[in-house]
Amino acid sequence: MGLLSRLKKIFTGKKPEQPEAGSGSANAPKAVTVPKARPGAKPAVTPGDVKVKKNPRKIEKEEKPVAEKITIGHVHMSGCTGCLVSLADNYGGLFTLLDNYADLNYCLTLADVRDIPKMDVALVEGSVCINDHHSVEDIRKARKNATIVVALGSCAAYGNITRFCRGGQWNQPQHESYLPIADLIDVDVYLPACPPSPEAIRNVAVMAYLLLRGSDEQKELAAAYLKPLMDLAKRGTEACGCDLMIDVIGQSLCIGCGTCAATCPVRAITIEGGRPNINRDLCIKCGACYAQCPRSFFNFDVMNQFEAIGEAIDAAMGKGGE
Amino acid sequence: MVLGNYKDCVCARAADPGILSASQDGGIVTQLFACALEHGIIDGAVVAGQGDEPYKPVPIVATTVAELLEARGTRYNVCPNVSMIKEATRSYGLDKVGIVGTPCQIQSVRKLQLYPMGMRSVGSKIALAIGIFCMENFSYQGLEAMVEDLCNVKMESACKMDIGKGKFTVFTERGAVSQIPLKLTHKFEQPGCHVCLDYVANLADISTGSVGTPDGWSTVFTRTKAGESIWGKAIEAGYFETKPISDVKPGLDLVTKLATDKITKNQKTLDERVSFGVGKGLRNPYL
Ligand SMILES: Cc1cc2nc3c(=O)[nH]c(=O)nc-3n(C[C@H](O)[C@H](O)[C@H](O)COP(=O)(O)OP(=O)(O)OC[C@H]3O[C@@H](n4cnc5c(N)ncnc54)[C@H](O)[C@@H]3O)c2cc1C
Ligand code: SF4
Ligand code: SF4
Ligand code: SF4
Repeated sequence: MGLLSRLKKIFTGKKPEQPEAGSGSANAPKAVTVPKARPGAKPAVTPGDVKVKKNPRKIEKEEKPVAEKITIGHVHMSGCTGCLVSLADNYGGLFTLLDNYADLNYCLTLADVRDIPKMDVALVEGSVCINDHHSVEDIRKARKNATIVVALGSCAAYGNITRFCRGGQWNQPQHESYLPIADLIDVDVYLPACPPSPEAIRNVAVMAYLLLRGSDEQKELAAAYLKPLMDLAKRGTEACGCDLMIDVIGQSLCIGCGTCAATCPVRAITIEGGRPNINRDLCIKCGACYAQCPRSFFNFDVMNQFEAIGEAIDAAMGKGGE
Repeated sequence: MVLGNYKDCVCARAADPGILSASQDGGIVTQLFACALEHGIIDGAVVAGQGDEPYKPVPIVATTVAELLEARGTRYNVCPNVSMIKEATRSYGLDKVGIVGTPCQIQSVRKLQLYPMGMRSVGSKIALAIGIFCMENFSYQGLEAMVEDLCNVKMESACKMDIGKGKFTVFTERGAVSQIPLKLTHKFEQPGCHVCLDYVANLADISTGSVGTPDGWSTVFTRTKAGESIWGKAIEAGYFETKPISDVKPGLDLVTKLATDKITKNQKTLDERVSFGVGKGLRNPYL
C-alpha cells in the first residue's frame, strides 16, 4: 500500500482516495516537487523533433527556473540516433521534462556543448568502437563525469546490431570492434530495446529525478522502480533471443504469454506450441525480448501499484508516444 | 493480497441467452467486450480464436461481436494472447484495445505498461484488460493426453471442457460426459505455473471466473477505475443479471481458500528452487 499513497503525495500533494490503514501520511512532508502538467498540456500536434531544436534555452546553464532540476546528458557513441529520436518523440512530454525536471546539458545533436561536462545522468546511446580512441576517451569521461550512467538502448547495453560488424566499411575500414559500454565502464541502469520506447525513457527520466532530488520516500519508490533495470546492468553484456531458451524456458519459468513475440523489433520470434521459437538468423541481439518478458523480472511492490504510478506519470509528463 | 485490490465483487451472468449458449460460465468476458465495442470503449479485443486443431486456440484480434462469439469458451491450453497486443495497434490500427488473459498474461500487460521498453505506443492504448481466474494451464499435447488417453474422448468430438469441484470434465457433441480426478492431470501442467502467485488476476481491470458462484454464473471483481466505469455502464444498459456475492454459495470464502492454497503451494516451490541443486539454485523471477 505504501507506494500508492507515496505517489499520490509526490505528484499531487493529495492523499489517495482509498483510505489505507497506517499509511502514515500525517507527518509526511507535502512534497509537490513534481508539478502537474497544465491541463491543456497535451502532446504537441506537430512532429517533435523539429520543435526540439527551437528550444535553445534548455541548454543555457545560467537559467535555472526550477532550482532542483537535474542535469542529463546524451552521450552519442556508435548508435543510429534512434534512441535520441525516441526521447524526442515524447513531444509535449519532452518539454515538460526539460521545463520542470532536467536540463539537457550535453547532446551533440541538440545542444552546442563540445566537451562532456559533469552531469547527474548520462544517457549513453550506442556501443563503443574500441578502434577509435575518441570514442574510448568519451566513454571514460562520461563515466567519470556522471553520477548515473544509463545504457540507453540495445547497442549501448548489448552491442545489438553493431555486434555483427566485421570492419571493412567505408570510410573507416579498420573500425571493426564495437563493445557494449559495460564492457569498459560500470553501468548503473540498462534500458534495452531498439529503440527503447519514448514512454520507457520518460519513466526512467522521472524516476532518476526522484532518485536524485526526491525526499527519502520518493527515493525509495524510484529505487524500487529502477532496481530491475540495475539488475539487468549487472546481468551481463551479451543478449540474444536465446536468453528466452536459456533463462526462461530453461529455468521452467515460461508461461507462453507471447510478450516476447510482440516485443521483438525484427519479428524473429513466433510462438510455437506455447513457447517462443527464435529465428536466430533474424535476431539482432537486442535483448528486448528477455527484458520485456514477465518472467525475467516482475517486482510486485511496483507492479501492484500500476494504476497509481501510471496515472501519476501521465499527469505529470503527458502520455508519451503520439 | 490473495484477492488483490478490488472495488467490488458480484455474482453475475450475461442477460443475453445467445451469449450464454456457448460461453464457459456466465459469459462475462464475451458480453463485456461486446458491450465495450458497442459503446466505443474498445475498437477490438485480443481473444482466443480457433486454431487449426480442435481445442487449440490462437490469439486473434476480434473487431466484431460475431468474432467475439466465435471465441467463447475456455480452451485449457496456452494461448499467447499478449503476442497480438502490439499487432492490434499496428496492422489493425486500433486505438482502444481490449485483451483477455490468464493472471500471468495480465501481469505481462502491466509490465509492458510500466516498463514499456519494446512497446512503443501500446500501453496507453489498452483500454480494457479482463483477467480470468487460473489455477494452472497445460500444453496442447498435455490436454490431448488428458482428453484422448485419460478421458477416452476424441478431441474433435469434445464440445466443452471444464475444471471444477476437483474434476476435469469433457462433454461430447452426443451428450456423453467423461470425468477424471484433477490429480491425474497435475503432471501435464506447464512448469511455469508452479511459481505463479496470482489466482484471480489481481492486476486486471475486471477479473472473472466460475469459482464462488453457482453453475452458469460467474464471480466478477471490478478492480480499476477503467474497470469500474465499464462495469457501471454495462449494468446500467442491462447487459448483466447480478446478485450480491454474499447471497450465493459457496461465495468468496471458496475463492479466498483456493487463492490462498495456490499461492502457498507455489511460494513453497519458489522457496525450494533456491536450493534446487547442491549449493546452486534456480532463478527467482520476482526479485
Ligand atoms: C487455463 C485456464 C484455467 C482456468 N482456471 C480457472 C479456475 O481455476 N477457476 C475459475 O474459476 N476459472 C478458471 N478459468 C476461467 C474460466 O474457465 C472461464 O474462462 C471464465 O470464467 C470466463 O468465462 P466466461 O463465461 O465469462 O467467458 P466466455 O464468454 O466464455 O469467454 C472466455 C474468454 O476467454 C478466452 N480464452 C479461452 N481460452 C483461453 C486461454 N487458454 N487463454 C486465454 N484466453 C482464453 C476466450 O477467447 C474468451 O474470450 C480458467 C481459464 C483458463 C483459460
Ligand atoms: S515473454 Fe517470457 S514467459 Fe512470455 S512467452 Fe516469451 S519467454 Fe515465455
Ligand atoms: S529475438 Fe528479437 S527481441 Fe530478442 S534479442 Fe533477438 S532481435 Fe532482440
Ligand atoms: S497458473 Fe499462473 S502462470 Fe499458469 S497459466 Fe495460470 S496464471 Fe499463468
